[in-house]
Amino acid sequence: MEKDQDKILSEVTTGEYKYGFYSDIEMERIPKGLSEDVVRLISAKKMEPEWLLEFRLKSYRHWLTMKMPTWPNLKIPAINYQEIIFYAAPKQRTNVNSLDDIDPELRKTFDKLGIPLTEQKHLAGVAVDAVIDSVSVKTTFKETLAEMGIIFCSFSDAVKEYPDLVKRYMGSVVPYTDNFFATLNSAVFSDGSFCYIPKGVRCPMELSTYFRINSANTGQFERTLLIADEESYVSYLEGCTAPSRDENQLHAAIVEIVAEKNAEVKYSTVQNWYPGDKEGRGGIFNFVTKRGMCKGENSKISWTQIETGSAITWKYPSCILRGDNSTGEFYSVAVTNNHQQADTGTKMTHIGKNTKSTIVSKGISAGMGQNSYRGLVKVLKNATNARNYSQCDSLLLGDKCGAHTFPYIEVDNQTAIVEHEATTSKIGEDQIFYCNQRGISTEDAIGLIVNGYAREVINKLPMEFAVEAQKLLQISLEGSVG
Amino acid sequence: MLIIKNLKASIAGKCILKGISLNVKPGEIHAIMGPNGSGKSTLAAVLVGREFVEITEGTVTYLGKNLLEMAAEDRAKEGIFLGFQYPIEIPGVSMVNFMKTAVNEHRKFKGLEPLSASDFLKMMREKKELVEIDSKLANRSVNEGFSGGEKKKNEIFQMAMLEPKLAILDETDSGLDIDALRIVANGVNKIKRPDNSFIVITHYQRLLDYIVPDVVHVLYDGRIVKTAGKELALELEEKGYDWIKKEVENNIVA
Ligand SMILES: Nc1ncnc2c1ncn2[C@@H]1O[C@H](COP(=O)(O)OP(=O)(O)OP(=O)(O)O)[C@@H](O)[C@H]1O
Ligand SMILES: [Mg+2]
Repeated sequence: MEKDQDKILSEVTTGEYKYGFYSDIEMERIPKGLSEDVVRLISAKKMEPEWLLEFRLKSYRHWLTMKMPTWPNLKIPAINYQEIIFYAAPKQRTNVNSLDDIDPELRKTFDKLGIPLTEQKHLAGVAVDAVIDSVSVKTTFKETLAEMGIIFCSFSDAVKEYPDLVKRYMGSVVPYTDNFFATLNSAVFSDGSFCYIPKGVRCPMELSTYFRINSANTGQFERTLLIADEESYVSYLEGCTAPSRDENQLHAAIVEIVAEKNAEVKYSTVQNWYPGDKEGRGGIFNFVTKRGMCKGENSKISWTQIETGSAITWKYPSCILRGDNSTGEFYSVAVTNNHQQADTGTKMTHIGKNTKSTIVSKGISAGMGQNSYRGLVKVLKNATNARNYSQCDSLLLGDKCGAHTFPYIEVDNQTAIVEHEATTSKIGEDQIFYCNQRGISTEDAIGLIVNGYAREVINKLPMEFAVEAQKLLQISLEGSVG
Repeated sequence: MLIIKNLKASIAGKCILKGISLNVKPGEIHAIMGPNGSGKSTLAAVLVGREFVEITEGTVTYLGKNLLEMAAEDRAKEGIFLGFQYPIEIPGVSMVNFMKTAVNEHRKFKGLEPLSASDFLKMMREKKELVEIDSKLANRSVNEGFSGGEKKKNEIFQMAMLEPKLAILDETDSGLDIDALRIVANGVNKIKRPDNSFIVITHYQRLLDYIVPDVVHVLYDGRIVKTAGKELALELEEKGYDWIKKEVENNIVA
């Protein structure tokens, strides 16, 4: 029985990362290391206004007083911030207007990743902002969207063109003092996406940002700011990959969402950073702060994430339910295989009356992977009739991996109803054999079972990406079944 | 079709099958009976390639090939089907998805294109009617929350879908009410063709009223100790196994 178990295990834990290639693009890099001068240099490179430099410096000085958090259930090796390059950009004019201005090598890179920088007809339903290392290289369908008053551009452009919006909202959901990595990001962030949906507009296409880390020894620190004005709707998708390298690389991002009265934002992530090799060498450290503010009445923010990559994931997309009758949702599938570690979950803070939150978390652990769900449901004093439903499921493949749940509940209002359910299950050898006996290979059997398990979450993704996500789940658990 | 010669096998170091020989020809139905723990399911496990059974001696030839060298899923695609004594639940995987994957794997193996969704659903409908399985069951997760009898009927339904050359039914009649028993038996009879064979493991001669075997074997303590026509089943029902056990002991003494 041992033998069989071991075989299945080794089979599912030897999948290859498909996006590990490196592109030889001419880059401009600043010297490695972090100091006040580096912060000033980044700001200067981006020709930023004084107020933004001030924001950065304030953040940097605060960061110097902070320590890396130790509460996550993660083993994080010491990070030497003096060894990281904080700014790397392809040598070209950023934000090109015509495709011909883009380095062909860059275009090839995104083609290889399946991210078209051309506005192709068959992909007319998706607008893409493509970010490589520290900068955005191209935003598609900008003009089409602009006709409806929708702003979709790189963060850097937004600083130049819409400084008032940026000033008003940046840091309003994730303050620069928020946490170690958010503060670091506030000091050194390079680029990211900016999006504003005006009052009463339903965004007609999926907006998406694709993040690619390419350069070695470089950290990626991007910032996304998404504002949905009253009665508007937008569905947003984020994807990410990186080359395979033996060194770890740091990705510390911030995503801030603001939903005004009656607005709805769906934010989906398919996270596929390089996870490291089978022995646990290399891989991205993904330390991300994502938070949405349901500011107005009846607003709704819904996070959906498929987390298959990264060596270490530390991430809690959260909702502050401030508007009365507002709704927060969190749907997550997190896979840890080989030596991957994930400590992920959400925080739902109920402030307004009749606020509702739903949490569905599905952890999948294989190999030596360690998967923790960490969630906080907090109901404040005035949040009459708050409702929360949480469901945390863990699926184990083999017996060398681990699943952990840390649900925290703080309720300050008697009328609140908070429900929590948790299950742990294993893919049994018997289940796999049952499939084998019907002619289904072990690899496909695991795919079937895992996708069945994750379906509730995958169904929340925009249709175009649900199929991709399904494939990705299978690949990240795929083995060398011959 | 299937030739087993002097097969010996053990589980966790304990010898369970102690020299089994069996020859199943195309179109034949073989019944295997025998007391609990005698090794019937273990024999089935060997034939479908479960790895926890270690084969220590003997050969198994299936359609001229060495069966013991084939991977479990290849045996399935070559036409061997096991109706499990204890069918497995797979939560989250719908019967439709499960069967579609299985059927298309079989087709791929034969060099055929995958079935279109509508053709597949049509096939599913036909087979459901054939084995009189409740439509609703097919919309649920594989065996999840099925009653004992429903699980057994579901095995027959899957058999009908996959059209095996050699079907091994391990106590598919256990836990079935009279109507279900008739349905299962009819299912088998409808699927039966001159060129496919069945090995039916059962404790009850009742089933053999419906599925008439060509041969009945008695498996006892890892050996086939008696082989005869269908009348043997009746005799066993009447007299139990004691007389066979005695016969075996006498033989050993002699
Ligand atoms: N996985 C296993 N590990 C250890 N022993 C096993 C295992 N499977 C079967 N056995 C043992 O092998 C022997 C034969 O079991 P088997 O299931 O083949 O009997 P059977 O003839 O099918 O009985 P039944 O009529 O009760 O179904 C039994 O003693 C049983 O305990
Ligand atoms: Mg048995």
